[in-house]
Amino acid sequence: MQTEIKFAGFGGQGILLSAKLLAYAAMKQGAEVAWIPSYGPEMRGGTAYCTVVISDKYIGSPIIKNPTHLVAMNRPSLEKFAGDVKPGGIVFINSSLIPVRSEREDIMELVVPVNDIAIEAGSVRAANIVALAAFAAKSGLVDLDLLKKCIKEEFAAKAKIIPMNMTAFDAGVKAAQES
Amino acid sequence: MAKVLMKGNEAIAEAAIRAGCTNYFAYPITPQSEVAEYLAKRLPEVDGVFLQGESEVAVGYMIFGAAGAGERVMTTSSSPGVSLMSEALSYIAAAQCPAVFVNIVRGGPGLGGILPSQGDYFQATKGGGHGDYHLLVLAPDGVQEAVEMTMQAFTLAEKYRNPVMILGDGMIGQMMEPVEFRDDLKSEPSNKDDWATNGMSTRGSKKRNLVKSLFLDPAELNNNNLVLKAKYDQMKREEVQFEIYNDDTDYQVLITSYGTMSRVCRTAIDMLKDEGIDVAMFRPKTLFPFPEKAVYDAAVKESCKSVISIEMSMGQMVEDVERCVKGQRPVEFYGECGGEIPSPEKIIEIVKGLI
Amino acid sequence: MGKTFSKPKALSDNHTHYCPGCTHGIVHRLVAEAIDELGVQDRTVGIAPVGCAVMAYNYFDCDFQEAAHGRAPAMATGIKRVRPDLIVFTYQGDGDLASIGMGEIMHAANRGEKFTVIFINNAIYGMTGGQMAPTTMPNQRATTAPMGRDTAQTGMPLRMSNILSQLVTPAYVTRQAVLKPQQVNKAKKAIKKAFEYQVEGRCFSFVEVISTCPTNWGMTPLEALKWAEDELLPYYELGDYKTPED
Repeated sequence: MQTEIKFAGFGGQGILLSAKLLAYAAMKQGAEVAWIPSYGPEMRGGTAYCTVVISDKYIGSPIIKNPTHLVAMNRPSLEKFAGDVKPGGIVFINSSLIPVRSEREDIMELVVPVNDIAIEAGSVRAANIVALAAFAAKSGLVDLDLLKKCIKEEFAAKAKIIPMNMTAFDAGVKAAQES
Repeated sequence: MAKVLMKGNEAIAEAAIRAGCTNYFAYPITPQSEVAEYLAKRLPEVDGVFLQGESEVAVGYMIFGAAGAGERVMTTSSSPGVSLMSEALSYIAAAQCPAVFVNIVRGGPGLGGILPSQGDYFQATKGGGHGDYHLLVLAPDGVQEAVEMTMQAFTLAEKYRNPVMILGDGMIGQMMEPVEFRDDLKSEPSNKDDWATNGMSTRGSKKRNLVKSLFLDPAELNNNNLVLKAKYDQMKREEVQFEIYNDDTDYQVLITSYGTMSRVCRTAIDMLKDEGIDVAMFRPKTLFPFPEKAVYDAAVKESCKSVISIEMSMGQMVEDVERCVKGQRPVEFYGECGGEIPSPEKIIEIVKGLI
Repeated sequence: MGKTFSKPKALSDNHTHYCPGCTHGIVHRLVAEAIDELGVQDRTVGIAPVGCAVMAYNYFDCDFQEAAHGRAPAMATGIKRVRPDLIVFTYQGDGDLASIGMGEIMHAANRGEKFTVIFINNAIYGMTGGQMAPTTMPNQRATTAPMGRDTAQTGMPLRMSNILSQLVTPAYVTRQAVLKPQQVNKAKKAIKKAFEYQVEGRCFSFVEVISTCPTNWGMTPLEALKWAEDELLPYYELGDYKTPED
């Protein structure tokens, strides 16, 4: 069983970190993981993306054309990658910045106003944590308490911002549950 | 030890320290600059030496100097930079000094691109610099193997007093995977007193040591080349590493592939298996010494009708495969080298064309 | 009667391959005397260049490495950085240091690498047979400048001591000559000082030595000494260009 999650957004939205945190938590759960950076001609033009692969066996190809799920943090990302998602997957849409939808019937849309929730939690910079929490809650890929622990570890050197990120995390989970 | 999630470049950097190498000289180049950035922070913590040289040319000789003085030393670079270091590699091999060079290969020729490639196979295995020398070349297929090979590289470099190259690619450098640093791969530095310029007082000797590559007398030069050749022959006997995937089947096609490309082939083989088609893959882990006999044996299995070398190049390792298969099976080739890695679907299409 | 003259310990018993009248032998001896006097022979590593001094390792009795053309300062950097306790010197000619090795010498000097550079400037390529060097004088004949150096095409000769002394990093930069006994005595002092600074861990040190090449200049040894005095010294002025006290 292998799951691939593509994280995409503007450079600076912290999506590479969200992806890393998801991979880290999955690794802690005993899964094989790989974090594959955007490494194609598409990396130009403002869209940053990376793919996390979570598997119960050795991960082969690092080239993932059709991911299981997509976390889209901005409109170009959704428009570019929504069509690639495998049927049955989750397409996460940051509705604070994306006024459109995927126009696909065979996937599950998870629509969360990530930036608005992050601002309410204390800072728009926590948008990536809101998105990660909401996606993790919906997908059930990793244990949420473990994921929180991983976030705390990641920010250990900047302890000040941990409480705000925890608030953002909880708000993200809640938004997913309510959607 | 618990696993940690690390980028290949950073994992290679940490592996060098874990292997007891605390001397690093390098010049920045994409896609491997994270190695230098990591070590710039990390080496001062272990009282190590970090220096950003003025060019890859100079760095090659900083490595030569430090290795000649008997210390463990490493540099990392990417293709265009390795071209500039090739002069020093020839000298270091000739003067028989141990050193570790990492090439996180990007597309070429010329400036090429910054995306992953396997276009430096010839340069790594057949020379690059001038004269009759070889590097011992290790080709990891992921971050964990890159760590293990980096640690082994120091042991091998000292065993043979020869430069060892880790031939990675941009994907291995940039991707993150869980890694474990195995202490058992660390070796004690060898005693270098009989050749290194570590100072007569250091080794308590009245006899001075020379590190050199000039032999104007034809017999002496010939002899030095014979000494080098004997080492390369010993590598061929003792250091060959490879893996064969799905070889317990009646495979019709044998793929030869290494590094990142081999992982895509592995996935393609799994997908073909689901369709009831058996294909095997031969993956050399040492590119020099090349697993000559093993690839021949895998190719001439009765069920195997053809061999195909799949590379992120325009056809380099395929020449070694052809050489080793000795005409016993047709040897085909498929490769792309613009930076986009061929997908499993593409490989399936190519392989099906052979059946 | 006591012994009044003997070979420095840091020199080997080998006969040199240098031409009659060449001043490499003098400079070798001065370097060896400095090593002897400072008592560092057993922790010294020399680096031979590519050029006439390529086999300098045969004439010194200390550890030696042999560099590729121009790369001696990078090798010295490698050694000195990993083994700061060793005494490291490079011995380079003008083609090696001022042409192909310009990048390496500039950056080693600018980093303040704590080793010693002996730079032999005889205004010509020796080993390869009298080709034009970056230090060849205007109108001076060379095998690759048969009508004499045309500065309109090749620029003016490089004055390495002047150039290196412009660097801000503390250093000892001096230009000496070995054309007359008094000059030899002064050069000796400069070379010893350059090694002393290293022993003290103080700074990069660079000693340029104006030398002769009778063979490739097409002169007798005596003519060569006179030509160097008359033609080289007015352009390559002797003296300290930079001291760490500056």
